[in-house]
Amino acid sequence: MSKYQVNEKGYYGPFGGAYIPEMLYPNVEELQQRYLDIIHEESFQQEFHSLLKDYVGRPSPLYYAKRFSEKYGAHIFLKREDLNHTGAHKINNTIGQILLAERLGKKRIIAETGAGQHGVATATVCALKGLECVVYMGEIDIQRQAPNVARMKMMGATVVAAQSGSKTLKDATNEALRDWINNPVDTHYIIGSVVGPHPYPDLVARFQSIISEETKKQLLEKTGNSKPDYVLACVGGGSNAAGMFYHFLDDEDVKLIAVEAAGHGVDSGESAATTALGKDGVLHGSRSILMQTADGQVIEPYSISAGLDYPGIGPQHAWLFKSGRGQYVSITDDEAMQAGLRLTKLEGIIPAIESSHALAYLEKMTFKGDENVVICLSGRGDKDLDNYMKYFGF
Amino acid sequence: MNENLFKDKQDRLLSIYYTAGYPTLDSTINIAEELEKSGADFLEIGFPYSDPVADGPVIQNSSEIALKNGMNLTLLFEQLKELRSRVTIPVFLMGYCNPVLQYGVENFCKSCAEVGVNGVIIPDLPMYEYEDLYQETFLQYGISNIFLVTPQTSTDRIHKIDKLSNSFIYLLSSNATTGKNLEVGESSTAYFQRLKDMNLNNPLVIGFGISNSKTFRQATDYAKGAIIGTAFVKLLAEEDYLSKIKSFIADIKS
Repeated sequence: MSKYQVNEKGYYGPFGGAYIPEMLYPNVEELQQRYLDIIHEESFQQEFHSLLKDYVGRPSPLYYAKRFSEKYGAHIFLKREDLNHTGAHKINNTIGQILLAERLGKKRIIAETGAGQHGVATATVCALKGLECVVYMGEIDIQRQAPNVARMKMMGATVVAAQSGSKTLKDATNEALRDWINNPVDTHYIIGSVVGPHPYPDLVARFQSIISEETKKQLLEKTGNSKPDYVLACVGGGSNAAGMFYHFLDDEDVKLIAVEAAGHGVDSGESAATTALGKDGVLHGSRSILMQTADGQVIEPYSISAGLDYPGIGPQHAWLFKSGRGQYVSITDDEAMQAGLRLTKLEGIIPAIESSHALAYLEKMTFKGDENVVICLSGRGDKDLDNYMKYFGF
Repeated sequence: MNENLFKDKQDRLLSIYYTAGYPTLDSTINIAEELEKSGADFLEIGFPYSDPVADGPVIQNSSEIALKNGMNLTLLFEQLKELRSRVTIPVFLMGYCNPVLQYGVENFCKSCAEVGVNGVIIPDLPMYEYEDLYQETFLQYGISNIFLVTPQTSTDRIHKIDKLSNSFIYLLSSNATTGKNLEVGESSTAYFQRLKDMNLNNPLVIGFGISNSKTFRQATDYAKGAIIGTAFVKLLAEEDYLSKIKSFIADIKS
């Protein structure tokens, strides 16, 4: 067992666990007891991989970014999760969880969403399987992400505005948890990131691990070595990074770099750089690192990227950070926006602003020249066009 | 000791939940005093948290306002220094894990003991973590940890909860967040009866969904007491709420 993976009690080092009210205990326990057996079933694996191939469009390409490589003086590969159906890595997890929900006999699906990518991915798989779908989304995010709201509605999902607190992702998550408490028997909650009570962080990481599984094979084909020197991914809750890191965790010579959103700057008071600003705490069912006041109240984060403005990180990330296995860094709004435009101009790929954070960190790295670098391009920038337009004045 | 808190009391005990620091920062003790005078048998004082997932909108709103008012655990314990000079009935604190972890669990138990709080209800504190890490500390300071039981809680787990408890067991009327109305139908009476028939060592107190004398009576047909939260927190939003507490309690107990 890898020291970076979840242990039998649901912990990564001191992080993880299941901090849930008794009302959720039976649901979470059922998942804890059954998720590994179910996802290891042959019929599950067959259906999962068949859908990933023919519905999602996997394997996603590992693209050698020639002009980017020339610019930075390293061999830079982009893992193209942006080419997945629905435009981001989120669908890998929702495909897996909808199959799990079916096998658990659940009839109704709930989910939370920030930018809407996970909501769209959940609505998509519910349409695919004909299951009722309710997506909680902060009222402010609903206004900011109208096209994704429309997509969800077209697919038959009900989008419920989370009115409490700051009316963003954190509150949408609270509302989804409340829904689950009130509908314990027939409902499965598809959490969109590697957060939540055990087994969610492990469950989601396993479904996203397809990203690094493919990367290893593709890199071997392209370079003769399955291990790159660096792997980079952006981190909000951290699901694309968890998937991108998964099969490299025990390859200690592969450097893992997780890029958080610094917003207007780590010390500006408007930031989502959790490892820089947070400390140990409990939110949404697990012990992790959390942006909070001295009194233990959760601080509302800020990032120009709606997918990264989460006040915590998944417990596995907290452990990778604490143990030193991963390097956790941050990038400001401005740095990310410039990186997004740079990729667009040099490679003809408009990245999601989330992914632009990972790309931006290249500016801060120095290379020896022949190093291989893989960056998870977690999503495409269509959903962010408004933001790009406003920022650059196009 | 807390084992005997309810021993000599009559049945149909009424507990009231409200949020510390709501409606105003310094209202906590005045409300407690008025509740005791009006006939409440014990109290649950909530310490606010920014992300209270087990609560419905009314109690969540009261927490938001309490936080805006400036309430926190340090201040609450400061205010509660007056508690035992003004209130004699049992008092429990209710809130979520994270503020307690930041305050420090041992420090929290110590502060509870110093001000005369009898026990705490922390819905998202896992049973395994209490047992492995905190039980000894709680016992050392004489603070009871109250566990919740829902209609979905298994018999084995209920017995384990009973074993770990030394004050009362908080029976949720249904699997729900706070503020839903209790509808006592066949399934809930069967559930209440099942629990009653288990003859647990700790008394049962039913909460969630109790809002008037009818539901209070129905719940206390099966349990030693019942807890009213949302309906009382709504009263606190009214003007002159202190003067209305007496009739609120009288109505429930009628």
